[in-house]
Amino acid sequence: MEFLNAIVALSNYVLVPALAYGSQLALGALGVTLIYGILRFSNFAHGDTMAFGTMITILMTWWMQSVGIGLGPLPTALLALPFGIAGCAAMVLLTDRVVYRFYRAQKVKPVILVIVSMGVMFVMNGLVRFVIGPGDQRFADGERFIITALDFRMMTGLKEGLAIKTTQGITLVTAVIVVGVLFWFLTHTRTGKSMRAYSDNEDLALLSGINPERVVLVTWLIVAALATVAGTLYGLDKSFKPFTYFQLLLPIFASAIVGGLGSPLGAIAGGFVIAFSEVTITYAWKKVLVYLMPESLEPSGLVQLMSTDYKFAVSFVILLIVLLFRPTGLFRGKAV
Amino acid sequence: MNPVIKNSALFALMAMLILLTGIMQSWNSALLILNMGLVSAVMALGVNLQWGFAGLFNVGVMGFVALGGLATVLISMPPVPAAWAAGGPGVLLGLLLGAASIGVAIWAYPRLPRGRVRVLGMTVILVIGFIIFRRVFDPAVEAIEAVDPATSGYLGGLGLWVVLSWPVGGVLAAGAAWIIGKSALGLRSDYLAIATLGIAEIVIAVLKNEDWLSRGVKNVIGLPRPVPNEVDLQNDPAFVEQATSLGLDPMTASSLYVKLGYALMFTVVLLILLWLAQKALHSPWGRMMRAIRDNETAAEAMGKDVKGRHLQVFILGSAICGIAGAMMTTLDGQLTPGTYQPLRFTFLIWVMVIVGGSGNNLGAVLGGFLIWFLWVQVEPISALAMEVITAGMAEDSPVRGHLLESAAQLRLLTMGVVLLLVLRFSPRGLIPEK
Repeated sequence: MEFLNAIVALSNYVLVPALAYGSQLALGALGVTLIYGILRFSNFAHGDTMAFGTMITILMTWWMQSVGIGLGPLPTALLALPFGIAGCAAMVLLTDRVVYRFYRAQKVKPVILVIVSMGVMFVMNGLVRFVIGPGDQRFADGERFIITALDFRMMTGLKEGLAIKTTQGITLVTAVIVVGVLFWFLTHTRTGKSMRAYSDNEDLALLSGINPERVVLVTWLIVAALATVAGTLYGLDKSFKPFTYFQLLLPIFASAIVGGLGSPLGAIAGGFVIAFSEVTITYAWKKVLVYLMPESLEPSGLVQLMSTDYKFAVSFVILLIVLLFRPTGLFRGKAV
Repeated sequence: MNPVIKNSALFALMAMLILLTGIMQSWNSALLILNMGLVSAVMALGVNLQWGFAGLFNVGVMGFVALGGLATVLISMPPVPAAWAAGGPGVLLGLLLGAASIGVAIWAYPRLPRGRVRVLGMTVILVIGFIIFRRVFDPAVEAIEAVDPATSGYLGGLGLWVVLSWPVGGVLAAGAAWIIGKSALGLRSDYLAIATLGIAEIVIAVLKNEDWLSRGVKNVIGLPRPVPNEVDLQNDPAFVEQATSLGLDPMTASSLYVKLGYALMFTVVLLILLWLAQKALHSPWGRMMRAIRDNETAAEAMGKDVKGRHLQVFILGSAICGIAGAMMTTLDGQLTPGTYQPLRFTFLIWVMVIVGGSGNNLGAVLGGFLIWFLWVQVEPISALAMEVITAGMAEDSPVRGHLLESAAQLRLLTMGVVLLLVLRFSPRGLIPEK
């Protein structure tokens, strides 16, 4: 019994939140890694691209809520998501046309593109703040829980409850679907294969008649979709605030680099590595340990390794360790 | 056009803009812009040293600036004897033990056989070190933070002259830069960027959470000042008499006097640093740096120690950012860790360097002034523009209300557009590198 309680407490506070957070990071990191693989630069504007897509989704959600369109127990935002993706896609294609294409034609050094993306970051950040304001926005509706802690306790008779939020369930399901579709696309379609070819060897790909502008276009579309989905899921799960999305840049980049920049599989693995370490290191383990240890050994403190505010430190330290000992990441990304 | 004339014209234009602010708005705001412009120019010099001279991509400026701010507190605030008695030795001992366990780990790493033994050994050393560290450190911190938490609850500083904190801020930032540089400088440019971004966030997290050190989000207010207080000046009959003889009321005169005092001190610092940076740029060392920047392989083939030089310039640039951070906190008179935001303290400095002209010290200084001026003035200008745009709309229209309310957010948008325009049409900046 004690052991079961410990497992339930662990799932409730660590496993479930980390799974949801990891999926969100993985989706974000996939976007970063795709841009790195195809366009060959680290996109600092990615957090704000996520914020932009999410903003459109939120605006559509509010409109739908006001005219009474909804999904019942599911959040309305899922219905608004396609519009968010479309809006975000329009935005990134516009920035590509107006900003990035010029530098691509000149074949500038990647670091210049990074600085350019800093400019885009400022613009997008300003736009989002201008339209929706810098404050917190909540837009989740529908059923809040798949299973509440109380129901779980009644069902199982255990002392500990396991609560699963609807948003956590949706995050996981959506992430699995999106990643599945993405990998199918990359491995089974002609366009997807040409993208991989372009990423592996640009010259050979050009030689075999792949149209680079088309590859870039498709990449941006996929990135817009990934960013909007990741941003919306994060916003549903926590809340939407432009500054928080900007700050997500660090764990997202950490995920992508830990997995190996340019490797989609690595991005997913990296997302979960970062999420699980962040949550386990900042979690107060007392509750779990109380169940597992004999009474005489029970800890007196919270057994929290680090306060939650140091979560950036966690992603950073993992990033540094990986970079020092395996610079290409877990999945052997490319190191240009 | 002769570059000397062009540069003088650009700086004259900048001076005109500030003078115009004085005439059209108030001399008070003009001096405010001037003072922060001077601080920004110093920060831009630091970033220019790293990016312009050596091509190092440091986006952790905020962290070094915040360390400078911390130095101001540690140097100038009076010590809190009760807190020192309660937990001072404990905290120091804890930190020492923590550092020692890391030291032991570093010492043991090459001495342990590769493979599982090494992993196990390192884990054991670090875990035991961490447990001992927390055992000593935590109770001491608790004791310190319990000392009069509403007004102190921290160790305080050394109670020295506040200007002393400027070089100390530089040293503190340099120390942090040495640690970061040792571990991250060998990485590719965008990895270094992410690493520095992370370090900056960690520094801010430490300032926010380690209440015993910096009072955290409770802020340290009322830092000692290197210039007289406005109130003292207003109570000084000689000053009041002089002010009235100049046709100013004592309130305004005292505020202007204080700000001018700061401006003078900051100008001296900026000129010294600028002179040093110019000397460095035109020395063999500066030429070597640029050679390394332009072609690392070739420089290495010529026997230049690329890694060592990178570390050197990274430390120097970060130290300058630390000095600027200490100056800024002195000017503010308070340390508020909650206000440090990467957009304002890292990326804005980058806009200054790029717009001014990376690789050129004068350019960085000009960029510092110009971008800071824009950062301040875009707000009233966009508010005005919004008034004009929405003039035709109904008084109570929600769109009008939203536009007027959000005008303040146009700041970031403007900075982004300025940066993109400069990168596109004048990628070498206003005063390009020769």
